[in-house]
Amino acid sequence: MLAIARQRILGQSFQKIRPAVSVLRSYSSAAKQITVREALNSALDEEMSADPKVFLMGEEVGEYQGAYKITKGLLEKYGPERVLDTPITEAGFTGIGVGAAYYGLKPVVEFMTFNFSMQAIDHIINSAAKSNYMSAGQISVPIVFRGPNGAAAGVGAQHSQCYASWYASCPGLKVLSPYNSEDARGLLKAAIRDPDPVVFLENELLYGESFPVSDEVLDSSFCIPIGKAKIEREGKDVTITAFSKMVGYALKAAEILEKDGIHAEVINLRSIRPLDRSTINASVRKTNRLVTVEEGFPQHGVGAEICASVVEESFAYLDAPVERIAGADVPMPYAANLERMAVPQIEDIVRAARRACYRSVPLAAAA
Amino acid sequence: MALSRFASSSRSGSLLKPLSSAISLRRPISTDTTPITLETSVPFTAHQCEAPSRTVQTTANELLTFFRDMALMRRMEIAADSLYKAKLIRGFCHLYDGQEAVAVGMEAALTKKDCIITAYRDHCTFMARGGTLLEVFAELMGRQAGCSRGKGGSMHFYKKDSNFYGGHGIVGAQVPLGCGLAFAQKYSKDEAVTFALYGDGAANQGQLFEALNISALWDLPAILVCENNHYGMGTAEWRAAKSPAYYKRGDYAPGLKVDGMDVLAVKQACTFAKEHALKNGPIILEMDTYRYHGHSMSDPGSTYRTRDEITGVRQERDPIERIRKLILSHDLATEKELKDIEKEVRKEVDDAIAQAKENPVPESSELFTNVYAKGLGVESFGADRKEVRATLP
Repeated sequence: MLAIARQRILGQSFQKIRPAVSVLRSYSSAAKQITVREALNSALDEEMSADPKVFLMGEEVGEYQGAYKITKGLLEKYGPERVLDTPITEAGFTGIGVGAAYYGLKPVVEFMTFNFSMQAIDHIINSAAKSNYMSAGQISVPIVFRGPNGAAAGVGAQHSQCYASWYASCPGLKVLSPYNSEDARGLLKAAIRDPDPVVFLENELLYGESFPVSDEVLDSSFCIPIGKAKIEREGKDVTITAFSKMVGYALKAAEILEKDGIHAEVINLRSIRPLDRSTINASVRKTNRLVTVEEGFPQHGVGAEICASVVEESFAYLDAPVERIAGADVPMPYAANLERMAVPQIEDIVRAARRACYRSVPLAAAA
Repeated sequence: MALSRFASSSRSGSLLKPLSSAISLRRPISTDTTPITLETSVPFTAHQCEAPSRTVQTTANELLTFFRDMALMRRMEIAADSLYKAKLIRGFCHLYDGQEAVAVGMEAALTKKDCIITAYRDHCTFMARGGTLLEVFAELMGRQAGCSRGKGGSMHFYKKDSNFYGGHGIVGAQVPLGCGLAFAQKYSKDEAVTFALYGDGAANQGQLFEALNISALWDLPAILVCENNHYGMGTAEWRAAKSPAYYKRGDYAPGLKVDGMDVLAVKQACTFAKEHALKNGPIILEMDTYRYHGHSMSDPGSTYRTRDEITGVRQERDPIERIRKLILSHDLATEKELKDIEKEVRKEVDDAIAQAKENPVPESSELFTNVYAKGLGVESFGADRKEVRATLP
């Protein structure tokens, strides 16, 4: 009780001297915390500052400060020639972005959500992804397509689809999906610097979440290599792969499984294409069990590809069938109870991991 | 007019004739740059702007260059027809014969700093931008010496060092891409323009209007050129467009209707459009032209148009014949000299085809090259991934 009182007093004194910038300092470590939104904003800011060829384009990115405030302040800082508000014409402005990339500029095209990218998907695939190949290397396309992907909350069927597996099936594209602020900064900076077309799948519900970031992450040269997954939590009993919001769920599931003596290894894919098959396979060879987690539709999804890869490369190491957790095989419903059933929940991941460990009923923890 | 005097003197002496014909095979095209003033076939029709004058300035040199370039293109396309029927060219092959004046006239108005982007009927546009016959035929036959190293095919010719951006298979997609090129030119302060070509079929595409809207809002130096050959594949323009006055379809954007079979009119219109776009933003040019072949090699081209129509255009409006008549009527060369040019050009084409036939197909390893500009060492797979894998550089 004394400890709690002491915490409160310390918390209050820190409140008074909190700096103007909204960066919280926790008592125990010197790590800063920034939201995913701040991470994305700072990444855009730094890359625009470093390279005059980088420019932003999309609906409401300028004067509105961004539909989700990701591009806040950038119009004021860089001017209307580099931060361009477009009409609601995805096919037109995406084509214009790709054409600018043909010429050598580095556009960052925002889709208000990736659902609207379907209006422009011909330009993403046929005009961007395939050009370097068709031209035998003459026309490279250094463009980034970014925006929120997957389910939000209560937005219904037309505004909730996850496009990771569609885009990741295309050779010529790179597809990234950050989870936390470190991912958001490092991957977006890498995407903008990359000479190939990158589809950058964010998550609306993560924008406001804060994560600790080291000084290295905050440095303007910080970059995360494309094509490398991150082991967020080490374990030896079952591998859980996830990306974007599901990484958070997988980590929570791992904590619950820990209480049952199941030590789960959680892999944050970060890169859907190229997929880090070697990290995934190395993990499965260690744990012998795999649960893939994604938010999107199950058929022909990311989990299906991961499962196939593991069966091809590490079959002898599997002690149980691969488990897939994905969004329900239905268009996203609106009613809250049905919506809850349509998206993976933490208990779904826990249950699948238990099945993979042949432990449908919680048993006493084994050593 | 040194050349015309030479021409008339060779015609007057029959004894001199055999000698002069031997000389004419070797004689370079006239370098006479004395200005000649002519009128275009018809005046320009304008929408929301003042039409340029139909009086044009040219030179003997220019007219003979036009003749040669168009004759070369004509010969190249006809040769491609034969190669396709011989199954040396596969897949799609969309021929441009009849439309040469647009490619040649446009190039004459531009510099290599200006960009051109077109759809899949791109062989001649590629040539006009400085491509070689070998690059064309080798690409059509899927060989290493092709402009896309055999990996693109007929619809995917590119020449970035001349600002030629293809070569696109999806109808209409090239128009927003072209507006993007114009955006980049303005962003980079290059004082140059982009010509985005499309057909009467593509003219109804929504993305064209989206791109035009943005181009007009942002004052982009984009010229949208409708090569109206009156048929979108097998569908006549009046069946596809409620308003086939394509030069007016830009509404707020100015437009010009041009006789696309008159290379001088094309050049005049493109010069006008370039100047306009640099100052005032997008403009539409409608080139009234015609293709002798069907839509592609799989289309005979005679099920939706009459043979009379085709021969009628060939007789009345052929772009090469027009220049031939101009050259002859102004005594800039003899009929024989022009025929010799055509023979030369034919030989060039034949030589290039022979060379292309000898050229090897791409190495198997080329399957996996250029997937990315920066492959990051990732793996890619063949049909049987346990048999064929590669690391992308």
